[in-house]
Amino acid sequence: MVYLTRRAEFSASHYYHNPALSAEENRRLFGKCNNPNGHGHNYTLEVTVKGAVDPRSGFVIDLKQLKDTMNREVLEAMDHRFLNKEVPEFLTRIPTTENLAIAIWQRLAPKLTQARLHRVRVYETADLFVDFYGEA
Amino acid sequence: MKAHLTRRYRFSASHRLHSDAMSDAENAATYGKCNNPYGHGHNYALEVTVSGQVDENGMVCNLVDLDGFVEREILERFDLQNLNTLPEFAETVPTTENLSMAVYDILQRGFRLGHLERVRFEETLMNSFEYAGEKL
Repeated sequence: MVYLTRRAEFSASHYYHNPALSAEENRRLFGKCNNPNGHGHNYTLEVTVKGAVDPRSGFVIDLKQLKDTMNREVLEAMDHRFLNKEVPEFLTRIPTTENLAIAIWQRLAPKLTQARLHRVRVYETADLFVDFYGEA
Repeated sequence: MKAHLTRRYRFSASHRLHSDAMSDAENAATYGKCNNPYGHGHNYALEVTVSGQVDENGMVCNLVDLDGFVEREILERFDLQNLNTLPEFAETVPTTENLSMAVYDILQRGFRLGHLERVRFEETLMNSFEYAGEKL
């Protein structure tokens, strides 16, 4: 089994708000991140796939397939977008880094055929990242 | 769904690697320059990883709580200190291995708002250390 990781960057804005809570509770829980006009990050995405090395190609996965899938499923949908308003998952879920990692996993996992998705890592900043391994 | 959240912190501290169980010659041979009796310092990077179910607010744990705990219990006590003078290193040599275990222990005993997965230390850009309890 070999693990291969591909990195990508995208920039997007978001804000945190839970409609089940009062305005005051939202402000207390989310602080500055509750500003409804949003704020942005340069996200770094790392996608790790795992699989056996194909004896003919020497690949775990054709990197072009992985790159194209990441571009189509994630970057085209999220790069330079307001996540809360333009990405369907976040009309009902709060676009935290945790939920972003889960949403990216859910977008990629069914589309990757040559190798299995192992981990989605999303850096919100250089000092904060979330890993999702598809665990329930 | 279960996700892993990693937060990165920085602090600077000095230390001297010297074991009372060894002769001066053995200490010099074992620790080399790090045995200099005047000590020397590093800019440490500390990564703390906690895991848990992503809650209705989209969080593994509130970053404000994790940052507050690390600030109070670790950074306040370790930043700009001589590690050899701290109670954690009264009986052990302040190698980054022992530092990783000491910091893991502080988090394991005191931080209840997420499951501690591991701590990772970069002593320099060339050396890093991970401790995840007895699992590794």
